[in-house]
Amino acid sequence: MVHAPVLAIAVPLLGAFALPLLARLNRRARDLWAAGIAVATLVFGIAVAVQVFASGRPLVYTLGAPSPTASVTEGGFPIRIVLVVDALGAYMGIIALLAGAVGLFYSFQYLVEEEGKTLGTSLLLLLWAGILGLVYTGDLFNFFVFLEITSIAACALIGYRVWEPRPPEAAFKTMVMYTLGGLLVLVSVGILYGEYDALNIAYLSKLITGTLLDKLALGLLLGGLLMKAGAVPAHMWAPDAYGEAPAMAAIVLVANTQAAIYALLRVVFTLFGGALASPGIGWLIASLGTVTVLVAVLMAVVQRHLGRLVAYGAVSQLGYMLLAVGVGVVAAGKGFGEVALKGGIFHMINDLASVGLLFLVVGAIRRAVGSVDLLSLGGLGHTLRWESGFFLLGALALAGIPPLNGFASKFLIYESTFKASPILAAVAVLSSILLLGVGVRAFHGIFLGPKTRDVASSPRGMLVAMGVLAVIIVVFGLFPGFFIERMVSPAVQAILGGRASYLAAVLGG
Amino acid sequence: MGNMPFVVSMILVGLGFLALITRRNLIKLTIGISVIEMGVNLFLVSLGYVKGGIAPIYTYAPPGFKEMVFPTPQALTLTAIVIGLATTALMLAFAVVIYRHRGTLDAGKIRELKG
Repeated sequence: MVHAPVLAIAVPLLGAFALPLLARLNRRARDLWAAGIAVATLVFGIAVAVQVFASGRPLVYTLGAPSPTASVTEGGFPIRIVLVVDALGAYMGIIALLAGAVGLFYSFQYLVEEEGKTLGTSLLLLLWAGILGLVYTGDLFNFFVFLEITSIAACALIGYRVWEPRPPEAAFKTMVMYTLGGLLVLVSVGILYGEYDALNIAYLSKLITGTLLDKLALGLLLGGLLMKAGAVPAHMWAPDAYGEAPAMAAIVLVANTQAAIYALLRVVFTLFGGALASPGIGWLIASLGTVTVLVAVLMAVVQRHLGRLVAYGAVSQLGYMLLAVGVGVVAAGKGFGEVALKGGIFHMINDLASVGLLFLVVGAIRRAVGSVDLLSLGGLGHTLRWESGFFLLGALALAGIPPLNGFASKFLIYESTFKASPILAAVAVLSSILLLGVGVRAFHGIFLGPKTRDVASSPRGMLVAMGVLAVIIVVFGLFPGFFIERMVSPAVQAILGGRASYLAAVLGG
Repeated sequence: MGNMPFVVSMILVGLGFLALITRRNLIKLTIGISVIEMGVNLFLVSLGYVKGGIAPIYTYAPPGFKEMVFPTPQALTLTAIVIGLATTALMLAFAVVIYRHRGTLDAGKIRELKG
């Protein structure tokens, strides 16, 4: 299992490109191949996470070295590409693995053969590989490459339904934003390379002193990543993208967005952690987060298209994470800064479970009825029993109703934000209440009322995929302490105090 | 000379942004993105330029050479060019599909792309 980090990226990448070839031979072989690839990726990814959490030290894998564990430096200058997984990376890796596995499992019965099932599955694997690479890499240029892999795969998936007019338009819009964000990151990589002759994140972090060029690079990186994450004012693409993407892609897109938040944490706390961690950046991120929450929730109220309604819910949850990250930067070193980061990081997996569940239910409704217009839906609860239960569970978890998982993480965010700024906390709580109203109204409109049409229930595979997320929502809500202690706390420690051990793991000494 | 290549590359980036802001045609938007990409690539190439430097192949190096070029920026630029090609191809493909649905390439007339 020494090679687990690189295999977790390489296996889905190989799987994605071999899949169309196998589909030419035999469809059964293709499905078995996709399942095998998914299982192998899960095994390698979990092996990485177990190693990191068990040892408590960052895991370093050097590509192209005589031995993969050999330190990257020869004479103190890093010449090789490294993968570095610390507790935060392992945690984000678990989220990506969960999203990819659930999405793939769901897609087996969700995608239709005549509508390009082969290509959809292939792109999903490619997106999965891209996110895992983005999370595991310890090299700034590879970071850009994986960012672009996720962008291209994600946009192709958003425009998957080319026979409808709206998906290609949403995909084009998203592509413009993703590409611009990626190019900002590339310019910033170029500036840092020109200044320090290095691309290794740990080595750069050691050298960065906080010159004007460093500040410029930090600004460009933050701008690019916030565009990728879909924060206000660069949020216009996000609801279109989530709303038009097929359901199994929407849940992986949520993980993709969270990978941007992960990268933001990595940049602020590891790369620029030594020189440029200032409260100003924290206030900027926190206020952008709060505005994102408010704008997204208000937009969710007026939506008629169910996919877009859930999409605005997803954008609002992203705002909560940004708010927590911002407060964490503002109050770095104080007790409530740590609480904020705990809340924000714990909220990532909770958000994936609740928003992902809602997206999967929307996909099931679209498959059963053929429409997701709130005005034309009604009375579906008579036939889609499981789906109605899952939707209500997801909506309540999204709004942060105890005892579900959304409450566990949002409570930490409210508590810490209140200490930093009561106004931001009040806006956050108020938005959650609005979100509850939106969710309950949508539930009422779709599932309650007299039975208007006969629809077939979803296939069992799709229900199982939704059920997995529902179980996570309930279990994480009932026993949050267990997960916070085992997984979230190490990740927070990796951000706050882990820069030294990250640098030591890569550079030695 | 000095900073001239950086100035030129940033002018290209600026022109690309100008195109993105002022143009509504989807093909022209794609061209705008491409121009920004080229500007960034030029920036990366000029970062790696060493005056009087030679290609870093030891067996072909002439006797008495002074400086070799560190090839990383060139490798980065090649990768960035390939990625740019994929991006452009995908955007143009979407433009074709959108044209088939709507019969126009004007972003202003396409509801989804407003705002």
